Amino acid sequence: MKGLSLILLCLLILGVVSLFSMGTGRYPVSLRALLSWFTTGQSTDENLPIILFNIRQPRLIGAIAAGGALAMSGAAYQGMFRNPMVSPDILGVGSGAGFGAALAILLSLPVAGIQTLSFIGGMSAVLIAVSISKTIGRSHDSVLVLVLSGIIISSLFGALLSMLKYVADPDDKLPAITYWLMGSLANIRMNDLIIILPLLVVGSIPLMLLSWRLNVLSFGEDEARSLGVHTGLMRVLVILCATLMTASIISVTGIIGWVGLIVPHLARFAAGPNHRMLLPTSFLFGGIFMLVVDNVARSLVSVEIPIGIIMAILGAPFFLWFLKKTSKKSW
Amino acid sequence: MVKESNISLQLRGADLGYHGRVVLRDVNLTMLSGEIICLLGPNGVGKTTLFKTILGFIKPVGGTITIDGTDISRFSLKDFARLIAYVPQVHHSPFPYKVRDVVLFGRTVHLGLFASPAESDRKIADSFLEMLEIEHLADRAFTELSGGERQMVIIARALTQEAKFIILDEPTSNLDYGNQVRVIRKIKELQRQSIGILMSTHLPDHAFMIASKVVVMDNGSLYSCGRPEATLTPETLKKIYGVEVQVFDAPPYGASSRKVCAPIINV
Repeated sequence: MKGLSLILLCLLILGVVSLFSMGTGRYPVSLRALLSWFTTGQSTDENLPIILFNIRQPRLIGAIAAGGALAMSGAAYQGMFRNPMVSPDILGVGSGAGFGAALAILLSLPVAGIQTLSFIGGMSAVLIAVSISKTIGRSHDSVLVLVLSGIIISSLFGALLSMLKYVADPDDKLPAITYWLMGSLANIRMNDLIIILPLLVVGSIPLMLLSWRLNVLSFGEDEARSLGVHTGLMRVLVILCATLMTASIISVTGIIGWVGLIVPHLARFAAGPNHRMLLPTSFLFGGIFMLVVDNVARSLVSVEIPIGIIMAILGAPFFLWFLKKTSKKSW
Repeated sequence: MVKESNISLQLRGADLGYHGRVVLRDVNLTMLSGEIICLLGPNGVGKTTLFKTILGFIKPVGGTITIDGTDISRFSLKDFARLIAYVPQVHHSPFPYKVRDVVLFGRTVHLGLFASPAESDRKIADSFLEMLEIEHLADRAFTELSGGERQMVIIARALTQEAKFIILDEPTSNLDYGNQVRVIRKIKELQRQSIGILMSTHLPDHAFMIASKVVVMDNGSLYSCGRPEATLTPETLKKIYGVEVQVFDAPPYGASSRKVCAPIINV
């Protein structure tokens, strides 16, 4: 399928799923009531505007933004590391964010404090990994050193997180940390979105602009250099942008795995490997995917299931099926 | 038409190596655009080191490398990529880019930082696909091609870069006999575009086929350098490869004739 029509199709699907998603939940809203609220802003049911505007709309936007940002940064990371098995987590943004959030919970900080510390934790973990690789990586394969630094920093923050969990009060703090780490879209409010959406825009614009060079980078250090691409600078820019997007999302949703690893593959299958198409397609696929999974998570049983769990339970068989179906084709 | 003046790439007393450890000592070499230089020498003699140094991936330990008198370290990455293109030995891409896109990557150096190729860039890429007679591959995935086809695509990419020099690291390795001859023929054609070509090969016959100059490396330095007919004697080949080889004139084909090698098997 060719570029623009694929994007338009994705937008159409996203619109349909969004509409469905606005109507679904413990308080079902009919399509007719939804449409009349959208068009006239009025409703016979006085609860409806509150539910739609205060609860479902931020969650809808949050789900699309989260899925989209994680998938797009995953696609950028995979291109840069020339490895389709990489996810945005590889340089430690997840464990850094987890540590920051746990620290804030332990210190009984308000929600804004948890979000801030988690964002700072995620960004610093990656920045530490990058600067370590810069100082020791002179004589080695720079991508390899970068990945190893990321893994080391990741496990360091993982250990620190475990320590915080160990000392946390098992009656209230420990469950709070555990739930945070499972990830959820339930706590997204409109004022969170006002902060993170601009951050996502700031992160995604450079990625889109550099997407052509990202293609060249996937041929490896020497070839990219001989083609005139400043590989070191590119790598730092891509890491900064992708991490900014991931850390902002994680700071309000907690850890949500899978999307950043899996969705770029589906997008690459549909849109091809050229990052100019792959990045926007990944964003849209990620948004749709997250929205669908979130609908399942909040309507399957009466208690909401953490989205990370649903994601893995649904994602694993789906991905295996996809892998089998496409195993004859290289991607 | 005014003939473009030749651009020269010069190595003067260059000591090449990694981290201060010299692999190749006192290299003196001049390369002109429009010239094909074949580099011969046993495995591990430092051909790749020489390439990497000329391409600016590693710095020379001593001596100078200049293009038209300017030290190569003083060029920006972008200016440098407009002067020298590189065809590496192995081409890995984890993602199945279309052949047309792979060739278009050669235009990157002519684009702004945030730009992507325009219609004019596509025309240039297509013209080189046509020149190398691989336009039928344009919509295939690069990862699905055979070794010979990939080699042609990467050569097309280097041409699309429109550099003055192209460095090819063993362009015929891993190719079957027919593809080797095809690649060699195309390289010969490039000479007419007044591009300077430096290629390494393991077959002295390749040098007889196309080289205007041959550089023989042995034991950490340049052993000899000159026209292939004068340089690639049985004595030289025996010295660097340690085997006996006969060199004689092949029966003429049309107006041209050249020398060929025949290694002696029944010692």
